[in-house]
Amino acid sequence: MRRLRRLFLAPGAVLLVLTLVAPLAIVCVYSLMTRGAYGGVERPFTLENYTRFWDPLYGAILWRSCWIAAVATALCLVLAFPLALFIARSGSRKNLYLSLVILPFWTSFLIRTYAWMFLLRDTGLINTVLQAVGVIHEPLPMLYNNGAVILGLVYGFLPFMVLPLYATLERMDPSLAEASADLGARPLQTLWRVTLPLCAPGIRAGSILVFVPCLGTYLTSDLLGGSKTILIGNLVQNQFTSARDWPFGAAASLALMAVAMVLLLAARRQGEEML
Amino acid sequence: MKRGLALYAVGAYAFLHVPLLILAVFSFNASKFTVWQGFSLQWYAALAQDRDLIQAAANSLIIAVVATALATVCGTLAAYALWKRASGWISASLYLSLVTPEIVTGVSLLAFFQWAFRFLNLRLGMHTVILAHVGFSLAYVVVVVLARLRGFDPALEEAAMDLGATEFSAFRTVTVPYLAPAIAAAAMLAFTVSIDDYVITSLVAGVDSQTLPMVIYALARRGVSPMLNAVSTIIVAGLGALVLASERLRAK
Amino acid sequence: MAGDAILELRGVSKRFGSHAAVTGLNLGVERGEFFSLLGPSGCGKTTTLRMIAGFETPDEGEIRLNGSRIEALPPYRRSVNTVFQNYALFPHLTVRGNVEFGLRRMGRTGVDAQVRMVLDQVQLADKASRMPSELSGGERQRVALARALALEPDVLLLDEPLSALDPQLRKQVRTELKDLQKRVGVTFLFITHDQEEALSISDRIAVMNRGAVEQVGTPEEVYRRPKTRFVASFLGAMNWIGGVGLRPEALRISREVDARSRRGVVAGSVFLGSMVHVEMRLENGETCTAQIPHDAAMFRTGESVHVCWNEADELRLPE
Repeated sequence: MRRLRRLFLAPGAVLLVLTLVAPLAIVCVYSLMTRGAYGGVERPFTLENYTRFWDPLYGAILWRSCWIAAVATALCLVLAFPLALFIARSGSRKNLYLSLVILPFWTSFLIRTYAWMFLLRDTGLINTVLQAVGVIHEPLPMLYNNGAVILGLVYGFLPFMVLPLYATLERMDPSLAEASADLGARPLQTLWRVTLPLCAPGIRAGSILVFVPCLGTYLTSDLLGGSKTILIGNLVQNQFTSARDWPFGAAASLALMAVAMVLLLAARRQGEEML
Repeated sequence: MKRGLALYAVGAYAFLHVPLLILAVFSFNASKFTVWQGFSLQWYAALAQDRDLIQAAANSLIIAVVATALATVCGTLAAYALWKRASGWISASLYLSLVTPEIVTGVSLLAFFQWAFRFLNLRLGMHTVILAHVGFSLAYVVVVVLARLRGFDPALEEAAMDLGATEFSAFRTVTVPYLAPAIAAAAMLAFTVSIDDYVITSLVAGVDSQTLPMVIYALARRGVSPMLNAVSTIIVAGLGALVLASERLRAK
Repeated sequence: MAGDAILELRGVSKRFGSHAAVTGLNLGVERGEFFSLLGPSGCGKTTTLRMIAGFETPDEGEIRLNGSRIEALPPYRRSVNTVFQNYALFPHLTVRGNVEFGLRRMGRTGVDAQVRMVLDQVQLADKASRMPSELSGGERQRVALARALALEPDVLLLDEPLSALDPQLRKQVRTELKDLQKRVGVTFLFITHDQEEALSISDRIAVMNRGAVEQVGTPEEVYRRPKTRFVASFLGAMNWIGGVGLRPEALRISREVDARSRRGVVAGSVFLGSMVHVEMRLENGETCTAQIPHDAAMFRTGESVHVCWNEADELRLPE
């Protein structure tokens, strides 16, 4: 029995070491080294890469990333909850409505981000239509700012929030809502006092599923944010490619991971593990 | 309140689907500006003649198929082993894999590969991309298969062994058929994630292993192009059809 | 309807698709009584309860509470409260939180006083800060009761409240419920499929079958003087000998002939501790079961005996 199990676990374990453990270990080591003359890494070991984050420039990037991720997550929550409620109460058509939410998620994230470029550009569809109708005379600059990034993030991650909310709502005992009405609570009161509090696990799960990827977003801020919106993901990518400062990039990566880890640990509760 | 919710749902679904529909509509636009000037298939024709794009698409497909196969097999076996007896460090690693932002996974893999290539005579290429894809898909497969295993009664395997099957053959003839829907779902998940990946792939691909997302990204960076609309429409329609087909299969 | 009827249903019907759950139901519940709706599953008692509480609307008919029609009102506007079968306690609130849930309009001191009073009535005052998950089944039921009673409803509906409890607990809780109702004085409408339960605690029972009420009466009335064969069989075991109904305890077995007796052969006997059930096959092929005291003479299988009874115990009911 044990031999079979070890055999089964071996390929997965090897893969994990090669694609996760070793790479992360290297990043940790690199973050403490110095940038080499031709872009490699070399000794001496130093903590300078981390102290660089005290520089307001980089601190601002970290802060802006957290802020944008938080706003996007909050918006996702507000937009997803009524939709999840609708699907959970739709009786026999639940699966259809659920598939309609999941369908766009299955298609390309890159393409869905591009779709907003197409809509929001100065020469994009929205501006063209508004100008044709006469509402505006000059194109509205809707692209290449924080708002566009948030919009792209919400659009991209909304299904991630809908699914856990739906799962929690669907499992809720329907007699609880009846009991609430029986005791005198109007429908909105029942929603606020019973349904929403009991949704807490779904809200937690969805928020994590949205916030962490938003925090580390690269594509959305790159395509929709332009050069004005540099977030931590862009910073890391930059350091590993054009700027060729791998140690600093490594430190930035770990800073990003640290924020994500803190949040994940804070949101953990007993009995809600998946692995 | 029910009517209010339904109205809201219509709006939400419109928000989710209309942008893609608009992309599709304008892929048939005769002009390259965002003003409709007649129906045309010229952009699709241009796609068919773009050698680089077709090569990139082929690369993506190859990578996705190989990575999916490997990730599904390794992941299923690992999930089964974990179900039998938990392993702290493996579960922790899988969890870490899921929560690590893509960009960090990408740069760490790049750093690792470059470090490893000092000792091996290799360079970045399709193989590094495939390895990377298997790496990040593994956790998804394990989560999906493990979830299904949680509803499996171990007594079924014991009954098989009681009737003469070895452990492996009990696994093969009793557990695997039960897991089949989850394995299929996990494979689909791994495939879609692999086909669509840009961030990690762009960092660990070599110069001669362009993938479709990389080409799309380059086009998008340059500006809006109807060819991009056409490619997008094909991909969305293709993946959408795949999803619907698998849903239909699952419902049977 | 005569008397002080606090709740009246007239001609109430409810259909679900092609299935008629309740047809032309008439019911009157008097103020302060412990009234039971008794019937097999599928007879429409749960649907009736839900219509009174407000979770379903009748297709036809009226429901009057204290004389005013309520059948179109939503549940939160009716002075009727429900103890659900699974108790439906809010898992995210403490016992106190659950009990004070409906008491929004009073001030803080008023609410606290009411909660304290009602928890005292169900003897759970010392568990006010516990969460529902920390309580036993019986305690959870008491919280559900307290929560419903806190609003001082005109009628308290109880949906098979004892079915989720252990059998040993049921008898004890049953008595406690009856005592509670007497103390508090609220009208209880109790739903059950267990005839022993209904007989032991009700002031009056309505026996339901297939969506309608077959008989209403005191426990003694419905047991001793059932109006239909269904009511007779549902309230207790019945023997039908030559078209006449007889309860097992009304049958006597002897070795001699009597005025009203039939000849039969003992097919078997089951010793139940305090009594014995003897099955017999009569001359005309009918079978019957007699219930005799444990210390009566024992009869062997295959023995030829006479079954006799008193005329007063006969139930002549239409088929």
